[in-house]
Formats: sequence, structure tokens, C-alpha cells
Amino acid sequence: MGFFERLLKIDRRIIFTFIAVAIALPLFFNVSMYVETTSEVVGIFSAVDSLSPGSKVLISFDYDPGSMPELQPMAESFLRHCFSRDLKVILMGLWPQGPLQANWALDVILNDPDIKVKNLKYGVDYVNLGYTAGNEVVIQRMGSDIHAAFPVDYYGTSLDEIPLMRGVRNFNNIDFVYNLSAGYPGTMEWVQFAADRFHARLGAGNTAVQAPLMYPYLGKKQLVGILGGMKGAAEYEVLAQRPARAVRYMFGQGISHAVVIFFVIIGNLAFFATRKKKES
Amino acid sequence: MRREVPLLICAIVGFTLIIVYFVPHPPFSDMRDLFSDWFSVIAAFAIYLGILNLLKNSVDKVFRKRSGWGFSIVIIAGFVLFVFIGLYEGSDFGEIGTRYYWLYDRIYFPLMATMFAILAFFIGSASYRAFRARNVEATVLLLAAFFVMLGRVPIGYYLTSWLPEGWRMGDVANAIMTYPQMAGQRAVMIGIALGIVSTSLRIILGIERTFLGGE
Repeated sequence: MGFFERLLKIDRRIIFTFIAVAIALPLFFNVSMYVETTSEVVGIFSAVDSLSPGSKVLISFDYDPGSMPELQPMAESFLRHCFSRDLKVILMGLWPQGPLQANWALDVILNDPDIKVKNLKYGVDYVNLGYTAGNEVVIQRMGSDIHAAFPVDYYGTSLDEIPLMRGVRNFNNIDFVYNLSAGYPGTMEWVQFAADRFHARLGAGNTAVQAPLMYPYLGKKQLVGILGGMKGAAEYEVLAQRPARAVRYMFGQGISHAVVIFFVIIGNLAFFATRKKKES
Repeated sequence: MRREVPLLICAIVGFTLIIVYFVPHPPFSDMRDLFSDWFSVIAAFAIYLGILNLLKNSVDKVFRKRSGWGFSIVIIAGFVLFVFIGLYEGSDFGEIGTRYYWLYDRIYFPLMATMFAILAFFIGSASYRAFRARNVEATVLLLAAFFVMLGRVPIGYYLTSWLPEGWRMGDVANAIMTYPQMAGQRAVMIGIALGIVSTSLRIILGIERTFLGGE
């Protein structure tokens, strides 16, 4: 068997090793890379930037820890942006793990020195509504009455007793909706119910795998913008002038993409070399 | 009656939700809210049903010592542990610093992250074997993957930053995502939507009855 034949039948464990090194090694180096911003991310950033202080923003955490590396940096940079602009934040989840992810992001951002000085209070500046079963039907119910969809918050307090929620009955009282999604229910359902039916202003953060599916909604302005994968999160951090985890991880992601492309190139070289040999 | 009643409920709910889209006023809007509340209650029960079914199967597997019964012990132990700790913590179970959160952070999160991280290795291996320029279609796919993969990371910028704006790797990746990709996605979505409409109509009208189970 010649060199190229052997290359074509390379053991996948060799590829796995290269990928593992390409992903793990860059984590030990703090290399800052230039991140280009795209109009999809600028769309969300500008939408939040244009809100006046006190405006209400709803964030739905529709993912679980499996998608954390991509979506949690998005959640944190978005939350920091909202709090730095003195917006009121309502958190919720259509996935059972969502409210826990929300608390995770809150814990990081509320301990940020710039946000800590604001002395934000639960129930006044932010609230976690928790999880309600029912997928997209929950969004539909929120369109007529949020208090019916979420009678109590994550800690069992009636929404009527929470100052932030007293004037919030449906999407008419919410200035911006931001959905972090890793699948179903997620952005597609928020577009179909909150944006289309109840005319909510919607932005989304998706995993890189899911983001391409949402581009048609972007083209029709049903979404004001979209953050796709870790690159989207990095762009948001750059726009907010607070480079954090996502920007740091871009080096590793870049190297791993380069390794995959390297293997694709040598795979094709071997493919053509063996084909030419067979033909001759 | 066991089939007629569910079919009738399905037809009433289905037609109401179609009507309310075009006439969002009482009594249809009230009916929509009522049906939405019913759905949430049923969905909550479905979660319990799913859990109980998983537990029943797992316990059954352990007692019969069927293949993989060791994994079922992990399922049962995990379930009991999370439920017990969650109930013990009370309504604040999801707060940072609670025992439940510790389990979530130290067990659930690493397990899920590991499962998701494995994808990177499979994508790398699959790309090596699948992205071959065997014919014109495969070459187009290969080139699109090449530009999008490099254009979506800073390395793509560094490789082509000397080119005029609009011709860099990132711009090419954006153009692929915004035009051919979006057009393809639209076509797929329209096809799926038409399929959903026709299947939904068949269910609402009682033509499609397989969801009822049985024969």
C-alpha cells in the first residue's frame, strides 16, 4: 500500500489526537485575536443600545449545559450590556435547565465590579420567572397574559407581589426579547409566536450548528439580529468593549478549524493522487 | 367512544387555534387561553409520565439483569439523588451555593459538556472522509465549507486582511450564509411548512388517526 493509500485510510484516532491538541493547547495561551463584527450582531447590540433606561428586556434561556461554551458567554455579555444601560431584565426558560443557566450568568455578572456598584435588587431590577412546561404554547400564553403562563417566579413568589412584574402583562409591555437557543423549543418558536403573532422585537443567540437555520428570519426582519456560535459571542464582547471568554476562546477555535481544513486538504490530495494512479 | 372523543377534542382545539389566528377576539381568544393552560398542564403530566416510564424500564432492566443493566443503576441512583437533594433544598434549590446546584455544576454540567465536546472529534473525522471533490456538487460543498470555516474565525481575517474590503474570507463567508445558504434554508422551510399544514389538516379532520395509537 502506497503513501497516499495509507493516508486515505488514516486511523481516526490520529485525527482525534490532532483535534484534541488543537483545542486544548490554545487554552493555555492568552492570545488576543482581532474579531470582525458582522451586521447580524450589530443589529442586536444597536437594538439594546437604543433602549432607554428602565426599559424591560425578556431573556429566555432555552438550552442546557451541553451548549454552555457557546451560549453562556452570549448570556453574560448580553446581561452585562443590559445592566450597564440600567434596563430591567426578566429571565425565564422553556427548557427545565434554563433558569439554572440564568442564575449562573447572573452570578457572574452581578459580581462584576462595574455592575456590583449599581446594587441591583431582585424583583426590582431583575427577576427569574423559572420554567413552565408547554414549549411554544407558553410563548402563546405569554402573549395574552404572562402572569397566567408564570403564576409564580422561580422561588415561588407570586408575580403580583414582584414590583418589576406589576406592570408587565404581555409582550406589549416588553421592549425587547432575547432568546438563547440550542434547539427545540427555541428561536424558531419565538419568531413564530412572539415576533409574528404578538409583534415582539426579537433577537437571538444560537449555537453555530443552529444559526444557519435562522437566517431566513433575519432576512425578513423577524429577527433584529443573531449571535451565531462562539464567534457571535466574541463579536458582542468586542462591541460592548468588554472582551471576555468568547474572545479568548477564538484562538482555540481558529486553530481547530485550521486543523480540520488541513486534514480536508491532505485528504483531497490523497484522493486525487490515488485516483490518477488507478486511471493510469 | 374511546376514539371519537379524542378526535372531537382534537378537531375543536385545532379549528379554534386556526380561527383565533385570523380573529384574535373573544370568544376565540378566551378559548385559545383556556386550551393553552390545558396544554401546559398536560405537558407537565407528560414529564412525570416520561420520568416514571424511564424509571419503570430501568428498574425492570436491573431486576431481569438485561444487557446494560449497570447503566440503569446509574439512572436510578442519579434520579433518586437529584430528587432527594432537590426536595431537601426546597424552593431555593436552584440558588448558587446549594447542594442541588453543586450536583448540577459538578456532575450534570461536565457530563453534558463532555457529550457535546465529543462532536468536535467526530466533525473533524467526518470532514476528512466526507469533504472530497468527487464531483461538481461535492466540490461546491467543499469550497463553501472551506470559506465558511475559515471566514468565521479570526485566522480567516489574518490570511486575507491584505485584500480589499468585500473580498476577504469573512466577506465571502457572509455572502455564502446570506445568499445561497438562506435561499436553500427558505426552500427547505417552505417544504416542511407545507408538509406540516397538510398533516395538521389531516389530523384535525380526523383522516390521520395514528396519533391515537392502537390498531
